[in-house]
Amino acid sequence: MPVTAIKEYVAVPRDQVANFHGKQLVYVSWDRHLLFAAPFLICLPPETPFRDLVEGPLKALVSPDPDAAAIDWQRVEWLKSNQPWTPDFDASLAANGIGHKDQLRMRTAGPNSLAPAA
Amino acid sequence: MDMKVDKKKLNLKDKYKLLTRDLGWEPSYHSKDEIYPYVKYEGLKVHDWDKWEDPFRLTMDAYWKYQAEKERKFYAIIDAHTQNNGHLNITDARYLTALKIFLQAISPGEYAAHKGFARAGREFAGVGTQVACQMQAIDELRHAQTQIHAMSNYNRYYNGFHAFADARDRIWYTSVARSFFDDSMSAGPFEFMIAIGFSFEYVLTNLLFVPFMSGAAYNGDMATVTFGFSAQSDEARHMTLGLECIKFMLEQDPDNLPIVQEWIDKWFWRGFRVLGLVSTMMDYMLPKRVMSWREAWEIYGVENGGALFRDLARYGIRPPKGWDDAEKAIDHMSHQLMLGLYQWSFGTAFHSWIPSDEDMDWLSAKYPATFDKHYRPRWNHIKKLAAAGTPYKNFGLAKLCQCCQLPIVFTEPDDPTMLCNRETTYKGEKYHFCSDGCQDVFEREPEKYIQAWLPMPALFQEQQGDIGAWMAWVSLGDGVDNGDYAGSADQRNFQQWRGLATSNQ
Repeated sequence: MPVTAIKEYVAVPRDQVANFHGKQLVYVSWDRHLLFAAPFLICLPPETPFRDLVEGPLKALVSPDPDAAAIDWQRVEWLKSNQPWTPDFDASLAANGIGHKDQLRMRTAGPNSLAPAA
Repeated sequence: MDMKVDKKKLNLKDKYKLLTRDLGWEPSYHSKDEIYPYVKYEGLKVHDWDKWEDPFRLTMDAYWKYQAEKERKFYAIIDAHTQNNGHLNITDARYLTALKIFLQAISPGEYAAHKGFARAGREFAGVGTQVACQMQAIDELRHAQTQIHAMSNYNRYYNGFHAFADARDRIWYTSVARSFFDDSMSAGPFEFMIAIGFSFEYVLTNLLFVPFMSGAAYNGDMATVTFGFSAQSDEARHMTLGLECIKFMLEQDPDNLPIVQEWIDKWFWRGFRVLGLVSTMMDYMLPKRVMSWREAWEIYGVENGGALFRDLARYGIRPPKGWDDAEKAIDHMSHQLMLGLYQWSFGTAFHSWIPSDEDMDWLSAKYPATFDKHYRPRWNHIKKLAAAGTPYKNFGLAKLCQCCQLPIVFTEPDDPTMLCNRETTYKGEKYHFCSDGCQDVFEREPEKYIQAWLPMPALFQEQQGDIGAWMAWVSLGDGVDNGDYAGSADQRNFQQWRGLATSNQ
């Protein structure tokens, strides 16, 4: 049962993309780099090229991590909705299939200075 | 000649009978189903409402008398506290952060509980239940009111107290407690009783009130201690009501067991998430700490909770589903949340701070397996950034859990180096969760949670991402109410006033 109710009850989702003034939400996180307490919430138009997401908000947001400068962005492994995925940097978010409220995760092979020593 | 007349006095049993059970009657021109339309739709079966036992046998006349006495004592001490500058007796103004969170997030919860019990008192069909709920409704209203009065004196001197009602409605971390209460109040009366009466008042209440009330006592806050004493005897009654209620449900019909168990699973996990905020108070916010969150969990969770569920096993109840995941989170959650509160402190109506070396040594002693390994390196890096003049602020905002509404700061139960990523798609929309526990709650009743007002997405819907406009809307004074304690007006003023009170400077 989708909800315990006295009669049929159909709700309206609060965070539909139509409510974001032509923009959409994208969540991005950097696996095992936990200086950032939670995945970032970024709000952008779906026409934004993926490169602009990386060069703009994402690089600024990850910069406090001591390993941020060492990221080789061409070699980052990406996951979308927890599945391996390869972005096209020159295509838009929409053309990359990044939907509203999608979660992107990045994995890097580089150093992880704040992580516990293995 | 005066005749000596024996004054007729009812014994307690008769009085209880006349003032509670006898207040009910058999309806003659409406059916019971019409009068009590909400007692059946949750699926609970009740055969005999008279089986409801009220162990306190409290009647309304006695209730008024006791409560009035408590009020008189409470306000006498609050007046003395105000007149004698009681606020200067606290250990340190950092302590006020715990009070601000309490006032913004928990006191409004008391008010919500008042509304919930008033409604439950109307919707339940048995007189004993109705009277007990009515008293608890009035208690909860009194608690909200006395808490606000106890803390109002601090509002004269310190920042962050002035707009607790706006904070309650609009700020992000308060939505954690608010959604908890909204969820319970929009459920049926039986689920409400399991949510608030049992899970919150019985299973989790010590974990909430010990840090606050003992924390207040340890840190010289006479006003809050006085509130605690005034509420204590009410809480004992509430706990008894909660326990009585669950036993009543389980004894009425064997079919009730799976429904009650599902509610226990759900409300244990929801309550545990709300307590995440409390864990940060115990481990980080009290200048003079009572005990660690881990130690509190051992006593009130493992020992007391364990005993309770062993007792309920005879009805077929097992410990809540999320119990093992909770246990695995205990040594991590306060650190994960406090690191979050610090990096988002531009958006909090309280101050946070980087723990001192001494604080970190305490944390390391209390959390030998986790603090030095996982969390000290992060705090040290944040300390380095602050020393370099670039204090860490995470303007990325945060992905929130669709159910508990906390930022998704929690890691996998078995891997503290991996954030927990849980998502689902319902009717074409994506939803994210902080844990299996929260995802389970959502999947059980998705139509309820897809409507959640999540404060971070709302900032982009309603203020189009303009943080300044958002601050004005939540009545948060930038540079006044928020940010690091170091350098705040609260810090400066407290030191100056205390200096004036205790030295000849």
